Order: sequence, then C-alpha cells, then structure tokens
Amino acid sequence: MEGIFDKAFENIVRLRIMSILMVNEQYDFNSFKEILEVTDGNLASHLKNLESSGYISFDKTFVGRKPMTNYSATAAGKTAFQAHLDFLENLINENKT
Amino acid sequence: MAKELKSSFTLYLKVLLKMKKPEQELAEIKSMMERSTRFLSLSGLSGVLAGIYALIGAGMAYYWIYFPNPPFGFRTSYIQEDQTLLRLLVTACAVLALSLYTGWALSQRKSQRTSSKLWTSASKRFISALLIPLVVGGIFSLALISRGYLIIVAPATLIFYGLALINAAHFSLGDIKYLGYCELALGIISAFFPGYGLITWTLGFGVLHVIYGSMMYYKYDR
Repeated sequence: MEGIFDKAFENIVRLRIMSILMVNEQYDFNSFKEILEVTDGNLASHLKNLESSGYISFDKTFVGRKPMTNYSATAAGKTAFQAHLDFLENLINENKT
Repeated sequence: MAKELKSSFTLYLKVLLKMKKPEQELAEIKSMMERSTRFLSLSGLSGVLAGIYALIGAGMAYYWIYFPNPPFGFRTSYIQEDQTLLRLLVTACAVLALSLYTGWALSQRKSQRTSSKLWTSASKRFISALLIPLVVGGIFSLALISRGYLIIVAPATLIFYGLALINAAHFSLGDIKYLGYCELALGIISAFFPGYGLITWTLGFGVLHVIYGSMMYYKYDR
C-alpha cells in the first residue's frame, strides 16, 4: 500500500498541529492554544515531540515586550504529512472496493 | 497455537480500529485547515442589512437627483451642484460605515455563538484581502469625483468592490467570489451605459446584497 502511517500523527493534537502548519506558513503558540483548546503543557509537549521528529521548526521573536514563538513545518514534515495523507486516502479507497 | 491466534486477533482488532478512523481523520484535517485559514464567522444577515442600507441610500439619492423624473435620464440631473454632490458623498459614507459596523457586530455575535475567536490570523488576512482593493478603489473614486469624471464613479466602485470580494473569498466562505463576479459584471455593464449609474449601483450594492445575504443565511446560519 502506498503512503506511510506515521506514528507522529497518531495523536489527534499533533495531527491538528500539522494540518494547520500545512496551510499556514507560520503559526504562533497562542493561536495554537486558542484553536486547539488545549493546555500550555499539553501543547508544548506535542510541539516538542514534532520538533524532535524534525517535522517542525520554530523561531522566537518579541512583539513589543511579549515573546512570541512562531512554528512552521519543515520540508521533511510536509513530506511525512503528505505520506500520511496518502496512507489514509488509500485506506479509504481500499475499504470501498 | 492459542498464543498465535491471540496475537493475530489483536492485529486484526488494531487494523479494524484504524479502519474506522481514516474518514474521521481526513475530515478532522480538512476542518483544521479551513478553520485556521478561513474567516467563517461572516454572517449572511449582515449582507441583507447592508443591502437594505444601500437601498435606502439609493432612494435618497434618487429623490435628490432625479425626482420626480424616472431615474434613467442622462445629464438631465443637477449632480454637478456641490450641495447635491456633498449630500451624496455623506450618504454613501454613512451607508458604508453602517454596513461595516453591522458586519462587525453580527460577526462578533456569530463567533460567540460558535465559540470561536473573532480576531484570529485568518480574520486579519480576510480583512486585509478585502480592504486593500476596497480602500484603493475608494480613494481612486474620490480622485475621479474631484476631477469631475462622475460618469465613471459607479462602475469604478462596483468593479473595485467585486475585485475585493474575489480577493477576500480565499480567506472566507468561498461562495463570496460569486457575488464578486456579479459585481464585476454589473460594473462593466455600467461602464458602457452611462446614465444608469444609480440603477446599477442600486442593483449591485442593494439588491445583490439582499439576495446573496439571504442565500448565505439559509445555507450557513440556520
């Protein structure tokens, strides 16, 4: 079967994070928190997980005095997510036939 | 043997559990992509109200310019009078301000109801995509007025508004672009038929808004 089921996207929060980063060049921590409705700690650990897989990268900037962490998907992350998507689609197609 | 059977059974169970999920997972991915890029709290009702404001404004304009003649006459009007022009400008600005305020207020209400934030990166992108052509068009139309090219103001506003809608449709409900196409078509028609400015303007900003707003309301808001 084409595509790869990626363990990194097994968790729903990580799947959502990656979905957002596929269509947004950058997304910051607080916006993630709002849209995903998760706690700081939970979000941070999932982001850390994706980051150690090499799927996302971040840079820290300051807006006024507030620190802001912007995340973006790496090329490897986008490829991996696409492979995961292919896997899901093939799974659905095979189920139909 | 029993152990083997058990392990193959758990594998089967695992596959089954995963089989149930892919549709949900894809739907989840799609909804996340939409929610993070698109401004979905736009209310159809605000379109209807904006249309009604425009119709009222157009009625007032008709009364000042043409009354009691039918609104087709070309250059039988006294639009060149400064007083009339000023009144028309004030009316147009009032209609615009009221429409924007209504749009904002109703979007806020809708975002509260769907418990989503109003001021997100998606809504900011929507606003800037909408406002850049709109503001440029507005200033350009003011320049036309100040130069006395009144004949081309109605088509210019319609065309710029249409372009703004098509531009902003990428960041909101995609259906908005069809309203944009209609405004563009009206603008072009209006450019070739001078003297019908008030009519095309009424159709574009009044009637189309009411029709489109109510369609959006029935499709998304109920």
